[in-house]
Amino acid sequence: MANSFLSIEKLTQRYPDGKGGEFTVFENASFGIEKGEFVCILGHSGCGKSTIMNILAGLSEPTQGVVKMDGFAVSGPSLDRGVVFQNYSLLPWLTALKNVTFGVAARFPDWTKQQVEDHSIAFLEKVGLSGDAIHRKPSQLSGGMRQRVSIARAFANEPKLLLLDEPFGALDALTRGTIQEELLKVWSGTDQTVFMITHDIDEAILLADRILLMTNGPLARVAESVEITIPRPRMRTDIVEHPNYYAIRNHLVQFLGKRSAELAGQVSAPDEIHSPETVRIDKTQDDAVEEQPLLQAVKT
Amino acid sequence: MELLSENKRAAIWSIALLIVGLLVWELSISAQAVNTGELTEYELLTGAGTAKAGVPPPSEVAVKAWQELSNPFYDAGPNDKGIGIQIGYSIYRVLTGYFLAAIIAIPLGFLIGMSSVAYKALNPFIQVLRPISPLAWMPLALFIIQDSEASAIFVIFICSIWPMLLNTAFGVAGVREDWVNVARTHELGAFKTAFTVVLPAAAPTIVTGMRISIGIAWLVIVAAEMLVGGTGIGYYVWNEWNNLDLTSVIFSILMIGVVGMLLDAAFGLLQRRVAYVE
Ligand SMILES: Nc1ncnc2c1ncn2[C@@H]1O[C@H](COP(=O)(O)OP(=O)(O)OP(=O)(O)O)[C@@H](O)[C@H]1O
Ligand SMILES: [Mg+2]
Repeated sequence: MANSFLSIEKLTQRYPDGKGGEFTVFENASFGIEKGEFVCILGHSGCGKSTIMNILAGLSEPTQGVVKMDGFAVSGPSLDRGVVFQNYSLLPWLTALKNVTFGVAARFPDWTKQQVEDHSIAFLEKVGLSGDAIHRKPSQLSGGMRQRVSIARAFANEPKLLLLDEPFGALDALTRGTIQEELLKVWSGTDQTVFMITHDIDEAILLADRILLMTNGPLARVAESVEITIPRPRMRTDIVEHPNYYAIRNHLVQFLGKRSAELAGQVSAPDEIHSPETVRIDKTQDDAVEEQPLLQAVKT
Repeated sequence: MELLSENKRAAIWSIALLIVGLLVWELSISAQAVNTGELTEYELLTGAGTAKAGVPPPSEVAVKAWQELSNPFYDAGPNDKGIGIQIGYSIYRVLTGYFLAAIIAIPLGFLIGMSSVAYKALNPFIQVLRPISPLAWMPLALFIIQDSEASAIFVIFICSIWPMLLNTAFGVAGVREDWVNVARTHELGAFKTAFTVVLPAAAPTIVTGMRISIGIAWLVIVAAEMLVGGTGIGYYVWNEWNNLDLTSVIFSILMIGVVGMLLDAAFGLLQRRVAYVE
């Protein structure tokens, strides 16, 4: 884990609790993400997912701990780490295209105007936006179209790591389905690493190589890392047929429904490291659900 | 039946109101002229019948306006200049004071909006200085600057600085953190962020402040010129009042209104250009 592409080492976040004391969102959280991996993180509201993401993005500083990417400690935001914010965060005074060229021009300062524009248009097309829609302001676009622009902006910058904070939270199920597929299309064939927050179990199974499960806060933990043993390319209509689908889904539902609360709020020894336990469910090779034994403080 | 559009109906109403207003004005004055001599007791009590400096009917004002506007830039000595020259002086003073104020207020507003320390440090001064009537500065300005022209400009400066300063600070402080984060994740420097994100985001609020300021400046210049004299539309009004030329007074009042409206409309246009929908 220490030599993963992205390694999160003993991350601790505390906030003042408003009564003069402090409360701990999470403590000594440690996990790694490999290059090219698509990782989703699931957990109840308020457990600290956005907090982790903002730290990965370099937008906020943890109380303690480090994040390393490619072996270098992250400090401050960087063009190597693209962010898709939950509320799209498009600049409302710019057209869809200008919102993308804004990012591309910052990323590739040597490019000519034409290059920047062509590159941006190409990425907007990848997420299904073309024609006169790209010359409209965000306020004249639907929620789904705005989110597409936001994804195009992030991917057009070709960052090494993409961070997505509940990108589809505000969309209806149909639009969500289409954009999920577009997202997979843009991502596959690149060696980009994706870290995505979601509340939607099915979405996580469709998209992720691995799902990180968080217990409830305060003192939340990234308790499990569940491998999605369903081969790609995945289609939303087909994966439900896969023998692993319901087994994985049940495991996730169980965790979020019961165990996330049971495991919550455990005070730990000061230097105890909280690494997620790896869970691999594969019905195609073995009928029994195979879970690795609990790995705790031993792991570094 | 074909209904007229809302705008057309409104225009018809405006014209009708104007005609009725002018007619009432015209008729009441010619009626007054006939009536003198036989006054009722009530009219005596209210003073309605006392000899007036003679409020002119609109027709006379129109004739005056025609004369003045057909030759607005003549210059026949210090007390006899065309209305165009007088308004030109006023606009020159307003714009000079106003732009000096903008040059200071907008950058300072940025600073106050971005740094809460700067805000807290400067706020007490702003709170004390802002409610001072701009004309109250006039004696001090005249004494220190020793020049009536520059003092008038200073008064415009001091009255137009506050709305611009406060609106800029408010607009800049209110820029959504998400947008600033977009700039940060794209590694934009402080200047680039200020010009490509903060400025466009705060522009509607800033321009609203600029629009309020220009309105106040135009209100204040008339009073300031009445005090300092010499040239300008404010001086012109006062001078014509001293000449008991009420036709000119009414005409220049109308001109003050028209110029004020045009200044406001220019900023209205700018406001529409920088507006955005979230
Ligand atoms: N700036 C802050 N000051 C104090 N407390 C904060 C701050 N930011 C977040 N918190 C607290 O940290 C905890 C985690 O917040 P976070 O936004 O990371 O949750 P989340 O998992 O993203 O939730 P959701 O799924 O609802 O978005 C919450 O209890 C929140 O109240
Ligand atoms: Mg969140």
